[in-house]
Parts: sequence; structure tokens; C-alpha cells
Amino acid sequence: MATQHAHAPHDPDDHPMPVEHSHHPNYVRIYVILLVLLGVSIIGPEFGIRWVTLVTAFGIAIWKAYLVAKNFMHLSFAPRFIGYLVATTLLFMVLFFAAVSPDVMKAEGTRWEKPIRQQAAAGHGDAGHH
Amino acid sequence: MSSARPIATTRTAAGMPTGRLAVWWVIASEIVIFGGIIASYIMFRLSHESFAVDAASTKMWIGAVNTFVLLTSSLFAVLGHKAAEEGNGQKAANMLYLTCAGGLIFLVIKAFEWNDKISHGHTLSSSTFFSFYFTAAGLHALHVLAGVIIMLIVAQTAKRNLELHRVELIGIYWHFVDVVWIFLFPLLYIAK
Repeated sequence: MATQHAHAPHDPDDHPMPVEHSHHPNYVRIYVILLVLLGVSIIGPEFGIRWVTLVTAFGIAIWKAYLVAKNFMHLSFAPRFIGYLVATTLLFMVLFFAAVSPDVMKAEGTRWEKPIRQQAAAGHGDAGHH
Repeated sequence: MSSARPIATTRTAAGMPTGRLAVWWVIASEIVIFGGIIASYIMFRLSHESFAVDAASTKMWIGAVNTFVLLTSSLFAVLGHKAAEEGNGQKAANMLYLTCAGGLIFLVIKAFEWNDKISHGHTLSSSTFFSFYFTAAGLHALHVLAGVIIMLIVAQTAKRNLELHRVELIGIYWHFVDVVWIFLFPLLYIAK
């Protein structure tokens, strides 16, 4: 937990309670880093190499989101339970993916099959198109 | 403490101002909403080759420009928060106006982009990819529009040096909208 201070000095009643973040990082510097990362995420996929695309597009997206959450949203100065709250929602996203993805991504499984995908695989069209 | 101020605005039972707690609660629910859309998109993208064909029609430079616009607007939002903490309501309001301008530029670019897509026959029902494209980007654009409207309201009081804590609250929301776009950009515009 960072050093605490009074919130708005112009009006003591505006926020009588302390807040968690007492100092501001160099926002312009973080902004420049974000722009550089944006540039990398654009240039990387141009090489046409699958793993480079994945790293530069999605890896850097995660990095950019981390920088915004940490520095602009001040997540690192928020009470710890806020981090747990966000992590829990992300966990639900992972659980959703794990539970639903077999239905979407597989044509058959234990005691079930998906005829439309089998037809698509046999050349009768792609289920991704209406 | 002023008796006119709602208790929920000032109490600290959770160790943080209740308004900020409420914004994080909204964001948590938004993560589930956008997370569900993004997770569904990834499932279909990985299992349907046709997505690559449709995704090739999106123009990366448009997404990149919009990413630049939103990142820049986020900078203004956080500078507004800093000004508010320094008690400079007028500067905070000006920063919020600049943030709003970024949001409006984003929406104008998005409108031209969608107009181009629709004129080429790409609609919500033309393919699964474009169903996701319009749903995810459309829901995000609605959040941008809502943020702009709320920011204009907050700026009106901030410039009179009133309710300056709201500048931070709308800023947190705006940065989240930025984060969502940070993930939509590679999904819709880069991964082809």
C-alpha cells in the first residue's frame, strides 16, 4: 500500500478519507511506451511468421493492457481485493472458454457428434458462413 | 462533512471511496461481458478457416489509427485526474474535453469504416465473423459514446471545482474502454 494523502486539497469535505495513490508516474513516458508497443504490434505481423504475429499482436496487447491498468487505472495502488475481483472475472472467462470450446471447436466427442461440422469438413460448406 | 453529500460517496468501509469501488464493480461486470464475446470469437476464429477470409477485409491502418486515438485520449483522461487531485478543476475539465474529442474522433472513424463495410455487403448477418465484428466493435462503440456523455457531464461540474473525485472515476472507466480496444484491435484487424 502506498503512502496515503488527503484527496482534493481545494475542498476537505470533498473527500475526507485518504486515498491509496499519492504520486503520479510520468504519464507521458508511459504513453510513449504504449505508442512504441503499438508500432511493434503493427510491424510484427508484417513478417508473416505465425509465432511472431502471436507474440507481437497478442503478447503486446497484454503488455499494453497491463501498463494501462497499472499506471492509468492505478490498479497497483488499489486495495488488493480489487486485483482479486478483476482476476476472478478473468478466471470466469477462462472457465467459460474451457467449458464451451469443445462444442465449438470439435466435430465430435464422447457420446456426441456435430453433423454440420462433419459436412463442412467433407466439403459441403463452412459452418462459419451463414 | 456536508449533509447534502450522499453517504455512499464518502464512506470508506472497503478501504477506498465507494464511488471508486462502484466503478471497479462495473468494470468487473464489463470484463465478463466483453470477455465472453472475446472468448467466443477466439473459439470460432480458431476453428473456422472462413474467418481468415472475412478478417482479411478489415483495414489494419484504420484499427491502428483508432488505437492511437484512444491511447491519446487515455493520456488526457489521466492528466485530467492528476489536475483534479491538484485542485485545478478548470484544467481537469479541459483534459476531459480533449478526452471527449478523442472519443468522438474514434466514433467518426468507426462510422466511416462501418459505412464502407456495409456498402460492400458486410453486415451483421452476412457471416459469423462479421456478426462478431459488428457486435464486439458496436458494443465497444456504445461504451465510448456513454463515456463521452458522462465525461461532458463531469466536466461541467469539474470546471467549477466541484465533485473533482468524479474525474478519476470516469477516467478509470475510460481506461477500461481503452483496454478493451487494445484486445479488439489485434483480434479484428491483425490476426488474418
